[in-house]
Amino acid sequence: MGLEIAFWILAVVAITAALAVVSLRNIFRAALCLILCFLSIAGIFVVLSADFLAAVQVLINVGAIAILIILAIMLTREVERGSLPNKLQFPVIASTVLFLCIAVFAVIRTPWQVSDLPPVEPTTAELANKLFGEGGFILPVEISAVLLLATIIGAIVLMREK
Amino acid sequence: MTLGLEHFLILSSVLFAIGLYGALSKRSAVIILMSIEIMLGAVSIAMVAFSRYIVPAMLTGQVFTIFIIVVAAAEATVGLAIIIAIYRRRETIDITKIDLMKW
Repeated sequence: MGLEIAFWILAVVAITAALAVVSLRNIFRAALCLILCFLSIAGIFVVLSADFLAAVQVLINVGAIAILIILAIMLTREVERGSLPNKLQFPVIASTVLFLCIAVFAVIRTPWQVSDLPPVEPTTAELANKLFGEGGFILPVEISAVLLLATIIGAIVLMREK
Repeated sequence: MTLGLEHFLILSSVLFAIGLYGALSKRSAVIILMSIEIMLGAVSIAMVAFSRYIVPAMLTGQVFTIFIIVVAAAEATVGLAIIIAIYRRRETIDITKIDLMKW
């Protein structure tokens, strides 16, 4: 019962915060609502018994990406101008609603083969076995290390004063 | 009423649709990047929900979510660096005015 209540609260908070991100005029407040949205997504991960992912979500998305976005807002003079819509309002709303209807229809009509096994808890050791163990995901881990190195070099090159 | 896979998938669809709307209909490049982050979060929820309900013993969806988070961090870093580089040259990040490569 507690999980259901937590899910509904977190879902309402996440959707409200996401709507606030796309509708608020003040960009700084939109960034703060984005942090709230990330936090409730971390809570949803806890409801889904993914404890390690919840911690990673808080550390990386809330701790790093949100701070980076706020820093970018401060460095560009965007707060004065505000978040303005472009000229495509009607087609964008129509296509988004169409997409949502199709997605919800597909989710409801598909006969999911739900397994009734209990979830693995705690997940950290199991995830480490998956990532680094025999027959696991070691090649993608190495590739993501190269990706992060390329990201660091790319960001430095882009930001360097000429 | 117990929580099922559908609850999480519908929540994920709604968040994805909100992010899609924001990414397509805003002028500020920072807001577009934030909407893309919302979409990535929505996909993460769907991945973890599939992993929890379809193959609870395998955790494959959670591994994919870790990679999604890594790629999202890389994308945000480079994206914001590009935005600030454009701002230095052109004094604006309104994407309707950044049309040098538009046909």
